[in-house]
This record gives sequence, structure tokens and C-alpha cells, in this order.
Amino acid sequence: MAIEPVLRVSGTAVQVPGADIDTDRIIPARFMKCVTFDGLGEYAFYDVRFDQDGKPRKHPLNDPRFAGAAILLSGPNFGCGSSREHAPQSLAKFGFRAVIAESFAEIFLGNATTLGMPCVTASKADLETLRQAIEADPTLVLTIDLPSMLASYGAAGSFPVQQPASLREALVSGRWDPIAELLENEALIDQRALALSYV
Amino acid sequence: MGKSLYEKVWDAHAVGKLADGRTQLLIGTHLIHEVTSPQAFGMLRDLGLKVKFPQRTFATVDHIVPTDNQSMPLADPLANEMLLELRRNVDEFGVTYFDLASGKQGIVHVVGPEQGITQPGTTIACGDSHTATHGAFGAIAFGIGTTQVRDVLATQTMAMEQLQVRRINVEGNLRPGVYAKDVILHIIRLLGAKGGIGYVYEYGGGLFDRMSMEERMTVCNMSIEGGARCGYVNPDATTFAYLHGRPYVDMGDWEGTVKRWASFASDADAAYADIINIAAEEVEPSVTWGVSPDQGVGISECIPDPASAQTDEERVSISEALEYMQLPAGTPVKGIPINVAFIGSCTNGRLSDFREVARFLPGHKVAAGVKAIAVPGSQIVAKLCELEGIDKVFRAAGFEWREAGCSMCLAMNPDKLIGDQICASSSNRNFKGRQGSPTGRTVLMSPLMVAAAAITGTVADAREVFDLKAQVGAGAC
Repeated sequence: MAIEPVLRVSGTAVQVPGADIDTDRIIPARFMKCVTFDGLGEYAFYDVRFDQDGKPRKHPLNDPRFAGAAILLSGPNFGCGSSREHAPQSLAKFGFRAVIAESFAEIFLGNATTLGMPCVTASKADLETLRQAIEADPTLVLTIDLPSMLASYGAAGSFPVQQPASLREALVSGRWDPIAELLENEALIDQRALALSYV
Repeated sequence: MGKSLYEKVWDAHAVGKLADGRTQLLIGTHLIHEVTSPQAFGMLRDLGLKVKFPQRTFATVDHIVPTDNQSMPLADPLANEMLLELRRNVDEFGVTYFDLASGKQGIVHVVGPEQGITQPGTTIACGDSHTATHGAFGAIAFGIGTTQVRDVLATQTMAMEQLQVRRINVEGNLRPGVYAKDVILHIIRLLGAKGGIGYVYEYGGGLFDRMSMEERMTVCNMSIEGGARCGYVNPDATTFAYLHGRPYVDMGDWEGTVKRWASFASDADAAYADIINIAAEEVEPSVTWGVSPDQGVGISECIPDPASAQTDEERVSISEALEYMQLPAGTPVKGIPINVAFIGSCTNGRLSDFREVARFLPGHKVAAGVKAIAVPGSQIVAKLCELEGIDKVFRAAGFEWREAGCSMCLAMNPDKLIGDQICASSSNRNFKGRQGSPTGRTVLMSPLMVAAAAITGTVADAREVFDLKAQVGAGAC
């Protein structure tokens, strides 16, 4: 089960501003009444993108200038709340391949990584500079490079990004879906289980 | 140097290091429900894998079940399909299922403890962030995503990074009318909704030592709202007494079992990355005014004013919250009119929650125009309440007494807010749209505070409504 390493993500970016953007906001619960993840892309941020009659509201993801963005930019504690993997699944199916934010809620970070979607953090100041640059030129291509842990765009140069070392290693070495490696250790699992009287 | 419970449980369950540096952690107990498991079973089929330890995997149905009419087929075809899918999966893979006909169905975080499946010194995972609840027993319990549910089904392990431990001591006594829910709302307000990122919360001190298991569950449940992936209380005599005789507790060598459980408790000289001290007397009945669980105040306080925010970020976040909540800045939180009152959820849907409210309800009526629902967390909670006549007390006061489920906590079943209704809720999240209407509004509080709101039709101080003769703090507005 060889999987592709994720070394870098390049593409245009869009900011969804705000702190504590929770997974209910990313994918409202009613869209989780499903037995597959297919089709979740169209419901990403649904209740803030559309009004009660299904008419588009003013929202960055409805702004044609940012159509096709591959990188989502946001604030602190992105992805907090419910553990629903439907949240990163809907972002991936919407077309995002990476998220850059001030910080991430733990479960969201793990879920996104398991899908091969890098989530990196950056300083508030660097994110603000980036936001202004994107606003001025929505066609600006941003590159998040995991081996160097740098984000770069246009002629403006680059700024450092952060990610827990193990998650970065998982992405760059093509181990972001750990199932093969977990399965390999069956004998060790049995041994550990045997030592625990309740398992 | 001693070890914390977290470190002991981690060491006992670590299978080894993975190539990326994460630990492969054995998950002794896997709880599943209908919403986050179907895709995981689908992945198992795609990979041709089986459930590694079906005897350590337990299923129930909670998120999508209606609480008024649970007869099959369910009226909602999508919900019905999810139930049929769960049935197909548990049958095919040999997993124990507490279904609607079992008499043991309920919210997964109520069922686990009730059945004695939740035990000290164990690791527990579930595709639900409120798995933190089980930490009340001295288990390391956390929410996971669906791909990780697949990992645990297939290997009984998952890849995980070790967290730091923050000890939160609460000493002293709660004043009358102040409950475990207020304690955790107070902690989240102090430390913030993202304050716990990277941490496990260990709750301790005299207050926790004296708390019942159900109170400890209420606090641990909302660790995730404070940003901590899990929270726990060290196991003690209260824990062991609760578990004694429960269906999944092996009573063969009780003394040996208790000794083993107790050995996982943090050592007196355990090191913590951080220690927080809180005086129980400082905790007021608490309510939220915004759209994040850390946007809360004591009942005698005012809704904050963005003009007095310390930072730009705070100003923006207060303004955005007040705009959504349609609340005026700088005015008392007491008196906000409400439309709906909800008592239930994995935070506050247990016997002691309903029993406490039932002590005060007689002689009171739900205000005209308020829809009030009481939803037991499990079929067993419902039965125990009914044996004590608690259901009758709620009904007499004008509450609807429902069947077990997640109900109005999360909008995946027919219990939802309509339009911009505002709900006094004993649940755990006040996110925008959380209770089912994209413009619906949630005010989080303890069950007794919900009852006070239901009766007065406004956010109210339960100590005044129910004449608790407490020292009610003078209004700070």
C-alpha cells in the first residue's frame, strides 16, 4: 500500500477569517446523515455560504476571485469541536489541499493529516501579510514546502511555518495513512494486549 | 520522580514507535455509533480486513434517533439507512450492539459507564469528541476521526503523539446552586477554548475527590471544549463503588481488580507541565453569551462590551458573537428571553441531573410559549427516572419527557431549533447553528439553570427562582 509522499502544496489561497472555526461550521451536522464521504464538498461551510433559501451569501468561498483556491487560510483553533472527519473530507472534496492557520484543534489536525492534507501554522503577522497579498492579487500562487517548512509566494519571499515533527515526517515520507504500518506490528499488538488483563 | 495516570496508561498501552516518530497505541476499548463508523467499515471491506478484537468493540445508536417516536422504520429515510447500515456492520463483524430494542441503548458516553465497560487504567477511543467523558474513571479516552476508527477496528491500535499533562486543582466547596457544569464552564472561561491544545487535563483537589462519578463525567465531558483532547480524574473509592457489580466488570477477583485500577492513579510526586489552582467558592452559576464555550459569565455578570476588549482580536470576536446572538453589549445576562429549554446530552443527561432538577420543580410551571424537553441519556436512565417518578415531576411542570438520544445537542435528529430561537441548554456546544437552525442560538448552563430559564422564560438565577437561600452575588453590572 505505497502512498504518495506529500512534500509541498502549491496553489492560490483564500482566507476564511475568524477564531475558533468549529467543525459544525465547516460541515453542518445534517450533512453527516450519509454512509460515504462522497458529495461532502458542496456542503463545506454551507450555512455561512448560503441563506435559508439556498441563495449564496457574501463569503470568501463564494467570491469568484478566489475560485479554485487550493490553500485555506484561517485563524487560531481552526477545526475545534466535533471530531467529525467529515470536516477535512468536505474541505478536500471542495478542492483544498492544505490549510494554514494560527493554530489547529488536535483532532482536526490528526484527521486532516490522515487524508494527506498538510495543516501548518504560522505567526499572526505573517498570516496577515499573506492575507493582504492575496487580497491584492487573488491569482498569487502560494507554496507550502514541508521539507524546508517555508511558505513562499510571489516576489515577497517566504515565511516559516510549523507542524509537529511526526506529522511532517508522516507526510514527507508517504506514511500519512498509517494503516499498513499498524498492521505490520500484529505480533507486538497481541503481545501488548495479552499483558493487559482487560483486553 | 513519579508518573501521572496519563503516563502510566500510555506506557502500558504503547505497542512501539512508528517510523514517523508517533507511538502506536493500543486502544483497549472501542466505542462506535452510527454516524462516524459506516465509512470506516466500508474501508475495512475495501481493504479486505476484519475487526481485530470484536469483543472489545461496542456499538450503540444515539445521534440520529428521534426522541419522540423510535419505532422502526424511522420516519427520516437517511436516518433509517444509517441504522440499517450499523446493524449490517455489527452483524457482519461480530460487534456487541446496544440497539433500540435492547433496553440498554443510549448516548455512547452514558452507555459505556453504565455497563461498566468504561474502566480505570484503560484506553478508550470513539469517533466522537466527547469521548473525553470516560476520563472520569481514570481512563485515557479521546475522540477520533473515521479513518482512525478504521485503524482501531482493523488493528486495535492507532498512531498518536504523546500530550503534556496540566493539573487543574479545585479546592473548597461549591456554593448552593452551583454544579459540576458550572465548574467546567468556569475552567473553560479561565483557560480559553484553545487553552488546552497539546494538553491532557488532570482534574483533582478536594472538590473532585468529593464529586460523584456523574459529576466527574460532566466535567471531563467538556475537556474538549477547553481544547484538551482528554481529561481525567484519578480513580478512587468513589470510582470503584460505582463500577462494583456492573455488567462488564469482572467480579471474579474484585480486590485484585481494585488494586490494579488504583495502581494507575497519579503518583504523589508526579510532574505536571502546568498546574492551575481554582477556589470552588469563586464559581458562580455560569452561562454562555456567545458562540464559543469560553464566551461565558457568571449569572450576576454582564454581557461583555467589545469597546472594553483588551485586544483587537477579542473585540472582533465579541462583536461577531453578539451580532449572531442578537444580544446587547454591556447589559445583564440575566433576563435574556428564551424560547426553548433542553435538559439532556452526554454532558448532563444522567440520573443525578434529572433527580436534582426534580427536587425543585414541584409547584413550578414552564412559562407560556417556552418549549421544554427533558431527554434521558439512555434507556436505563429513563427507566430509573421513571421508577422514581421523576418523569411525572417533569411532565407536571410542563416539560416533554422524551426517549433516549443525543436530541437537541447536535441537530442530527428531529429535535432542532427553528429560525433564530434561543435555547437554554444543558448541552456542551454553543457554536453557530449547532442546535439545528443556521441562525439558532444556544445558551449553555447547568440543568437546574435550564429549569429556571424554562419557568421564567428568561435566563435566570436558579438560586432566586428556587429560593436556594444562597449568598447570591450582588450584580456586577
